[in-house]
Amino acid sequence: MNPFSSGTRLRDMIRAIRACKTAAEERAVVRKECAAIRAAINENDQDYRHRNLAKLMFIHMLGYPTHFGQMECLKLIASPGFPEKRIGYLGLMLLLDERQEVLMLVTNSVKQDLNHTNQYIVGLALCALGNICSAEMARDLAPEVERLLQFRDPNIRKKAALCSIRIIKKVPDLAENFINPVAALLKEKHHGVLITGIQLCTDLCKVSPEALEYFRKKCTDGLVRTLRDLVNSPYAPEYDIAGITDPFLHIRLLKLLRVLGQGDADASDAMNDILAQVATKTESNKNAGNAILYECVETIMSIEDNGGLRVLAINILGRFLSNRDNNIRYVALNMLMRAITVDAQAVQRHRATILECVKDSDASIRKRALELVYLLVNESNVKPLTKELVDYLEVSDQDFKGDLTAKICSIIEKFSPEKIWYIDQMLKVLTEAGNFVKDEVWHALVVVISNASDLHGYTVRALFRALQTTAEQESLVRVAVWCIGEYGDLLVNNAGMLNVEDPITVTESDAVDVVESAIKRHASDLTTKSMALIALLKLSSRFPSCSGRIKDIVVQHKGSLVLELQQRSLEFNSIIEKHQNIRSALVERMPVLDEASFGGRRASSLPNTVSTSNGTAVKLPNGVAKSSAAPLVDLLDLSDDVPAPSSSGGDFLQDLLGVDLAPATQSEGTSQAPKAGTDVLLDLLSIGSNPAQDNSVSTPDILSSAQDHKPAIASLDVLAAPSLTQASSSTASNMMDLLDGFAPAPPKPANNGPAYPSIVAFESSSLRLTFNFSKQPGNPQTTTISGTFTNLSSNVFTDFVFQAAVPKFLQLHLDPASGNSLPASGNGTITQSLKVTNSQHGKKPLVMRLRIAYKVDGKDVLEEGQINNFPRDL
Amino acid sequence: IVHKLIKLQIHFVLLISRQGKVRLTKWYSPYSQKERSKVIRELSGIVLNRGPKLCNFVEWRGHRVVYRRYAGLYFCMCIDEADNELEVLDIIHHFVEILDRYFGSVCELDLIFNFHKAYYILDEVLIAGEFQESSKRTIIRLLSTHDSMVEMAKEEATSIGNMIAQVTK
Repeated sequence: MNPFSSGTRLRDMIRAIRACKTAAEERAVVRKECAAIRAAINENDQDYRHRNLAKLMFIHMLGYPTHFGQMECLKLIASPGFPEKRIGYLGLMLLLDERQEVLMLVTNSVKQDLNHTNQYIVGLALCALGNICSAEMARDLAPEVERLLQFRDPNIRKKAALCSIRIIKKVPDLAENFINPVAALLKEKHHGVLITGIQLCTDLCKVSPEALEYFRKKCTDGLVRTLRDLVNSPYAPEYDIAGITDPFLHIRLLKLLRVLGQGDADASDAMNDILAQVATKTESNKNAGNAILYECVETIMSIEDNGGLRVLAINILGRFLSNRDNNIRYVALNMLMRAITVDAQAVQRHRATILECVKDSDASIRKRALELVYLLVNESNVKPLTKELVDYLEVSDQDFKGDLTAKICSIIEKFSPEKIWYIDQMLKVLTEAGNFVKDEVWHALVVVISNASDLHGYTVRALFRALQTTAEQESLVRVAVWCIGEYGDLLVNNAGMLNVEDPITVTESDAVDVVESAIKRHASDLTTKSMALIALLKLSSRFPSCSGRIKDIVVQHKGSLVLELQQRSLEFNSIIEKHQNIRSALVERMPVLDEASFGGRRASSLPNTVSTSNGTAVKLPNGVAKSSAAPLVDLLDLSDDVPAPSSSGGDFLQDLLGVDLAPATQSEGTSQAPKAGTDVLLDLLSIGSNPAQDNSVSTPDILSSAQDHKPAIASLDVLAAPSLTQASSSTASNMMDLLDGFAPAPPKPANNGPAYPSIVAFESSSLRLTFNFSKQPGNPQTTTISGTFTNLSSNVFTDFVFQAAVPKFLQLHLDPASGNSLPASGNGTITQSLKVTNSQHGKKPLVMRLRIAYKVDGKDVLEEGQINNFPRDL
Repeated sequence: IVHKLIKLQIHFVLLISRQGKVRLTKWYSPYSQKERSKVIRELSGIVLNRGPKLCNFVEWRGHRVVYRRYAGLYFCMCIDEADNELEVLDIIHHFVEILDRYFGSVCELDLIFNFHKAYYILDEVLIAGEFQESSKRTIIRLLSTHDSMVEMAKEEATSIGNMIAQVTK
């Protein structure tokens, strides 16, 4: 005999495992036991097979793998004795599930056991089959099970009935075979058989319309009678629970009646009386009685309309709702939610109570109640309901605030009667729970604010006040910073005061303080800080007296390790310092954001939220900005694999708000984002005035290169890494442009780089452009191109602007041109240097599209072309 | 774990001790082993941390878990969202009463050392996730018949063993 398998008894093993003090000890014991069991399995040990399987089941419960024992179950099931089969079937149900192939091997044993002379063995097989049978087994064994529905012993009949439920759920085609035997079960007196038979009947009706029709006609009256007898039955100790005879049977009868009554007036009529009796006579002081009332209400609500019964049912729910027992209140909320489709008015009557449940100490009840309140909100009650919810937001648990905030925001958006109310409520939410507000929600708020031109002053002042009391809510800070940047002047001069407002005195310096504290606040993230920098830039123009101070704040970030901030700081500093002439145009107020396109975009990305389209969207024409930007955008759009530019409100917003490119907040595909960003900055830069030509050309590059760097929120050593050299160099020179305004002389072609022939890149009747190429040693991807423009005509070209665009695999940087007027007849040139980085170096040649605009005698001339004759290997 | 489970009354039964030890698990809907341990981990976290006066229902992954604490043991049953939670509370109580009658004032140790018997009892209360028998007496009678059959088989085995031993002496 195997020295291992004779070892420990089940009881001893359990003791040994329980005595373990650490998980490691437990693992050791289990490993030893498993080794012994495996050895016994290998030796085909029979004497201890059932004990080993019992041990395995215990080990399985502890979470250890026990698949190697699966075949032992099969062997035990195949052995002749009851004890072996009993443990074998238990193991089968415990260690296997219906998806395992091994299960197919057991079909034959089960079939034999279903025909066994020992009824208890038949019972074991039925139970196992009911719990784990697969569709294949169901097909194979359905005839046996069907036959057992008429077995002499009721305990087998009831097991066969439940087993049949599993079979028809697995294979609905088999349903019709069960209709006749089930009709017989419904007439039984044995409660177990009746309960299981009714359940089987209910499930048959659900899978088979014929069955439903049959039982509706033949059995409705009988079932009503059975229920009546049960309700009126004298005390029966065997089935009594809390003074009610067999609530389980009650409930199943009510469920089946519901299925039969639904959609059939006659059947519904037949059960009206007994439903009324159950609804009025059932004791509701114990759980069992309430469980029956629950089922009764559900049935009344589902069957064909009977006004009187519905009133009864709604009253029961009202009683449930005011019950002190949390369980009862919970189910009441649940049922009211379903009842809302049947009788919304009746549910509205309980609004106050439901609202109280939102504030319950029990998370399950709160959650249910909140869902229900959400369904109850409509145009007429939105104001008081929102007030209640917002008030509660103040005191609610931290872990409930997320859900609550989302629901409140959704309600505000959906039902807001007017803009000022919307803004007020959103501000309250931001103040209480700004950290829980989703990005798209505060983005929507900004769009609404932008469109409410008469409320700009009111809003910015309200935000300023809110920020005085709490500065810890990120999204509040963001919205406030944005508004102060945009409407800072209205904050200071109290413009557009509403009657409801108290005047406040805010100095320009106070406004800057607020933005400064947002930037200095430790918890502020990149988006907030970036937005604050933009706001400061805007304020520097709105508040000239603070310009110096703002410059000091901005410049503090020039050493920031976050590239985004560093770059903004440098750029903005340069704008403040050196570009006074264009600054006011640059930082003009944002054009009104397009509500419709923002809403549409949101609606497509968030199917559940309804966009705010209350109030009329004032659409200011921002044509100047747009039209001057458009050519550039076109130019940049060289590659045709890029989706069409979408300058929807959302894109604008996102980019203007922060040029916020943190991947998490980017809802669009990344391929689109850079373009949108460009779009926006172009808008910004070109609003109103003709930007100086050197800036207008290099701007897109600045922005797009900034975006390219974004994923590697670059620390300095990353920038220094060889793979990014070309990137960093282009960034650096971008910055140089802005810092120094006008370009240094184009870099001299390096002597030691490989030489490339010069080309005539473009030639028309009036203009010639030649390119000279050079490369820095060690950086073969990047080519410095020196372009020389020559005027072939006899007229002077003024306002000369050269624009170029490249496909996506190239990166282009233009340095400022040497001038903007080109003397006639070749008596002088304009030079401009370009830097192109080819990410597909060696695989694809350079290609470039260009557009040259200039004026001849005050008339605009536009020339366009594509350069395909670059030397190979650039 | 997002399942398109067939509609059942009860998807699974869990017995968890106050310390988070699993004392019984029965799965009526198909969950893989991996899912099972995830379910157990998640639910014991939720259920064990609920305060004593709260309602006996928790919402979990689109289902509802009805639980009830008896001494140091939590009996949990997972049901569909639209099902009768109150009845499931009674089913749990029904099961516990039968355990109590069978073991004679049941305690956690009974369920540890006789875990297989707890499963046999559950199999008389539920099959395929559906309720089977409302009479506790019927169930107890069936269980004792089963037990006596096992005892008889044992005695038979020993007596045969003895006879063989005598013959081969």
